[in-house]
Amino acid sequence: MAVSPMHIEDYREVAPKGTVEFLLGLAERVRGRRFLHVNSTRAGGGVAEILSRLTPLMTDLGVQAAWEVIEGDPEFFATTKAFHNALQGTEQVLTDGMLAHYLEVNRDNAGRLQPEGDLVLIHDPQPAALIEARPPRGKWVWRCHIDLSAPQRPVWAFLRRFVVRYDAAVFSLPAFAQQLPLRQFLVYPSIDPQSEKNRRMSRREIAKVLGALQVPDDKPLLLQVSRFDRFKDPVGVINAYRLVKRYHDVRLVLAGGGAADDPEGAQVLAEVREAAGRDPDILVLDLPPDAHWQINALQRAATLVIQKSIREGFGLTVAEAMWKGKPVIGGAAGGIGVQILYGVTGYTVTSVEGAAYRIRYLLSNPALMRKMGEAGREHVRRNFLITRHLRDYLSLLVHLTA
Amino acid sequence: MDVPAATPFVFLGCIELQELLGLRARDERELMEQLERAPLGSVYYHTHSVFLRHARMPGTFPNDFANWAASQVGDQALGERLAVVDPFAVETLEELRDELVSVIDLHIAALHPVPRVVFGEPFFFVQSHVVEVPTDLAAQTLGEFRRCVAEVDASSIYFHALESRVRRGRRRGDFAEWIEGALGLPALAGKIARIDPYVGGLEEMRTRMLGLLDAALAEEAPPRGR
Repeated sequence: MAVSPMHIEDYREVAPKGTVEFLLGLAERVRGRRFLHVNSTRAGGGVAEILSRLTPLMTDLGVQAAWEVIEGDPEFFATTKAFHNALQGTEQVLTDGMLAHYLEVNRDNAGRLQPEGDLVLIHDPQPAALIEARPPRGKWVWRCHIDLSAPQRPVWAFLRRFVVRYDAAVFSLPAFAQQLPLRQFLVYPSIDPQSEKNRRMSRREIAKVLGALQVPDDKPLLLQVSRFDRFKDPVGVINAYRLVKRYHDVRLVLAGGGAADDPEGAQVLAEVREAAGRDPDILVLDLPPDAHWQINALQRAATLVIQKSIREGFGLTVAEAMWKGKPVIGGAAGGIGVQILYGVTGYTVTSVEGAAYRIRYLLSNPALMRKMGEAGREHVRRNFLITRHLRDYLSLLVHLTA
Repeated sequence: MDVPAATPFVFLGCIELQELLGLRARDERELMEQLERAPLGSVYYHTHSVFLRHARMPGTFPNDFANWAASQVGDQALGERLAVVDPFAVETLEELRDELVSVIDLHIAALHPVPRVVFGEPFFFVQSHVVEVPTDLAAQTLGEFRRCVAEVDASSIYFHALESRVRRGRRRGDFAEWIEGALGLPALAGKIARIDPYVGGLEEMRTRMLGLLDAALAEEAPPRGR
């Protein structure tokens, strides 16, 4: 698949000092090797977002990088959505017919794509069964982006029989690793500082977006960006805001999207609106999935950012906010604890009361907020930028194909 | 002093690939048992390459075992006891493992029940694979060496000063060995070998090295105005 060219030199100013030279040196060890990514969608979702940028950067570094996408019908994607939910611990029913169709679609795609490379990275469960058609040469690695810490066993057992045929697997957190007879590696996801969602904005650009969204800037702004999903606890955020409001005159913005095509999302959005009531200082924004520029502006306008999830895959909105110099108060779930350095870049909390207490504490300490914001940006610069992600994938290529 | 060495010092950087081992511990006895069976690369990961992964947080201990005991289990005493085990004071990773195991064993012998994680995270064992990365930097004189140390990626400080001691048996690190062997400066080599990595991490090591190199270069520079 063709992707727009990108250049590693564009990251020299934003990545840690020496990073570009380091990547050029590392790339020398793998120049000309073939690195193929395969996933199930070219647009929408975090995996496609990162592949659309990682692949051209790999190419710029001299790797023969390619990105292929499998095709499927609605029945196939309904099955893989059920896989996704079951693997993240929600009870699902999968019939023999659904599983047979999943295998049939994977076989069709294997015939069409004929995937091969020195390293083939298969992302998530949708194309996992492509392993049945692996050619004799090259290493195959399964890259799991989802929370596998408590999977529904029958579904994991079905998928596991394909996973064990890979040479290795890659997970986003140690807690997601499984008992498998193959090597498992840890690679954190990342944000792209040059993307529309994260690149620098002028004050005028921010003001223009806030105006369009009808978000006034006359009060300190508390922000949570996430899908309207109970695991993100948006109602808990409203309750925390109410505890804070007795002491600080603040405004809360809950910005998310995806409700239009997700029946449960629409239901949660309705619950959130009901919980918000007629409070003019709670703004619930139902944004389209591609509202990256708007999210960027909101994160930059926020006084502090909340991500009060009670279950989370990795929660990259935390890194996005910290990249914009904001302290973050996050739920102690998934990758949030890896991103927030407690007391240094923000706080992890386990309750509505804990969130309220930390919000109050920070609002009363603007100097500490500034210091945390600076520390957070540096923490993201070192650990959660796409350049670090690139480094990890290239080192995997060195290590497995030496 | 700025006489070129016969053999240049070639700077290498490194990155660490993190391999998940599927071993985890929820209490201190499990930690000890898993530590006994974990590969040595995992002992290395949790004690040495901590330096590569993040700048030291204020108030934290210098290895993952100590931090887990103190912050996740809430057993400050074991955290403190594990924190003072110096990984550079032993000859091999096997000895280091024995030392850590004996500290935990002695600690839990006096406790009933054994402290465990209640609300915190289990300890996940990870193994380290260090991948060498070429840099374009090489030095033949002390002045060139000083310029390279100032410029090089922090992973290069780690690779030559710490990694080389443990995995390549160079007890004083590559920097000290080259300064003594190739430049014939044993006193300076000794001072560089004695820089304590636990004081402030890789950047502090770099700063201290630069201080020592500047002092050595100033001693040899001809006095001004003559």
